[in-house]
Amino acid sequence: MKRLGPRIEQKVAQAGLWTMTLVTVGVLLFIIFFILRRGLPVLSLEFLTANPADMGKSGGIFSTIVGTAALSFLAILIAAPLGVGTAIYLTEYTWGGPLTRVIRFGAECLAGIPSIIFGLFGFILFVTKLKFGWSILSGGLTMAFMLLPTIIRTSEEAIKSVPPAYRTVSFSLGSTKWQTVTRVVLPSALPGIVTGIVLSVGRSIGETAATIFTAGSALRLPTSIFSSTRTMSVHFYILAREGISMSNAYGTAAVLIIAILGINILTYYLMNRFIKKYS
Amino acid sequence: MSDVAIEVRGFSQFFGAVQKLNALDLDVRRNEILGIIGPARSGKSTFLCALNRLNDLVRGSRVEGTISIDGRDINRPDVDVVELRRKLGMVFATPVPLPRSIFENVAFGARMAGLKGRARLDAVVRDSLERGGLWEEVKDRLGTSGLKLSGGQQQRLCLARILAVKPEYILLDEPTSGLDPVSTMKIEDSLRKLKKDYTIILVTNNTKQAARVADRTAFFLNGGLVEVGPTADIFTAPQDKRTDDYLRGRFG
Repeated sequence: MKRLGPRIEQKVAQAGLWTMTLVTVGVLLFIIFFILRRGLPVLSLEFLTANPADMGKSGGIFSTIVGTAALSFLAILIAAPLGVGTAIYLTEYTWGGPLTRVIRFGAECLAGIPSIIFGLFGFILFVTKLKFGWSILSGGLTMAFMLLPTIIRTSEEAIKSVPPAYRTVSFSLGSTKWQTVTRVVLPSALPGIVTGIVLSVGRSIGETAATIFTAGSALRLPTSIFSSTRTMSVHFYILAREGISMSNAYGTAAVLIIAILGINILTYYLMNRFIKKYS
Repeated sequence: MSDVAIEVRGFSQFFGAVQKLNALDLDVRRNEILGIIGPARSGKSTFLCALNRLNDLVRGSRVEGTISIDGRDINRPDVDVVELRRKLGMVFATPVPLPRSIFENVAFGARMAGLKGRARLDAVVRDSLERGGLWEEVKDRLGTSGLKLSGGQQQRLCLARILAVKPEYILLDEPTSGLDPVSTMKIEDSLRKLKKDYTIILVTNNTKQAARVADRTAFFLNGGLVEVGPTADIFTAPQDKRTDDYLRGRFG
């Protein structure tokens, strides 16, 4: 085959890459459009504030919104400090010997485990062995373990991308290790760390397999972390799977998607303000 | 107090199996500017980082021999490294302002040392910027980011930043290597003024800079000291042929 001229080659490459981007964005927009077109008509103030009735055939989804929020909040509350702490230890307090490699490898393996396995693990450990039952606590703990690898990984990358010179300067000005980590490294790494945490929030909101085994599927409004609850994604799954109400299922999905988009947009907005302030 | 502020005896620095400094013997006198010249990789920067023990941050760092500062061996286990580093402020070849305001850059070290209170911090920041020769240019915009300053201003910011920690020694690692002649002149002016209150060690790739500001000059080669003496003598009548060769640009 005759080689293309560099100019044509450039044009073809550009068109190819442009198409790939278009496909990616197109699929995303299609999904959002598809869900919202079916879900938005169902949405109303009542749908958001009333508890489900008649197995979810009628009524709203209030208890599942509360359940999802509580579960995600608990999961992040546990996973974020643990994950960021581990990342700080791995990057700042070790020389990268065999032990760190084992920890890092372990975390990466953890990230590859299917969520349903986490659900089973959470069911065995928290629900039955530790007798937490189907509850927000069991679900939150399970979810926290599931999110840990992502948070560790993204935090590590964020911390590693802080210029080493900042640390040298900080030490040379007579800071302790801890001061250097908290006053210099973490503020610079914060945008990356928060991005990882936000991605995890999105993932925890959308997670179904791990929560159905650990938090159960009760439709009542949860009253404590020992209450069983049904998250929005589980609600969607049950409504659709058992053919209870497709319109309410899409309504739930629409709320889910809007919530995740909303959280992402809000976080990036806050992050940009933070970055502007510090650079 | 003795005339000799820093006494280096048989000092060697290793990183793993690599030896970067080889049995150095060198005295630094109080309130002098000691220039250190030498080709790349001759151990000049490693020597500076041995003085404030920044080499500790490098994996596999190991030392032999002694460095005594104000009569104390700095490599003894009971030495507080944080205190040591406050005593020896360091300016690096590339100016690295931290990503925060000019004010916060200068206040950083003082804050880390526990200084509190707006009035006291204000005073320290102003005094340090004045000594660093930057006050007039930034006094109206202390709140803007340190990263927005020009290269020369950033380097003077770094100088002011260490002065805020109230050091007794100033270590400069090729502080003007990336700067234009005017900025270089301003830094050199500041150094001449600072000599009164501080003992200064200036590592430079620019031999003319050593000739301009150093009281005494040391020539390093391959991790060892070739010779040290009054700057005028080193530049006009070096004792060692290698010094002469280097100054004439025959190598390095």
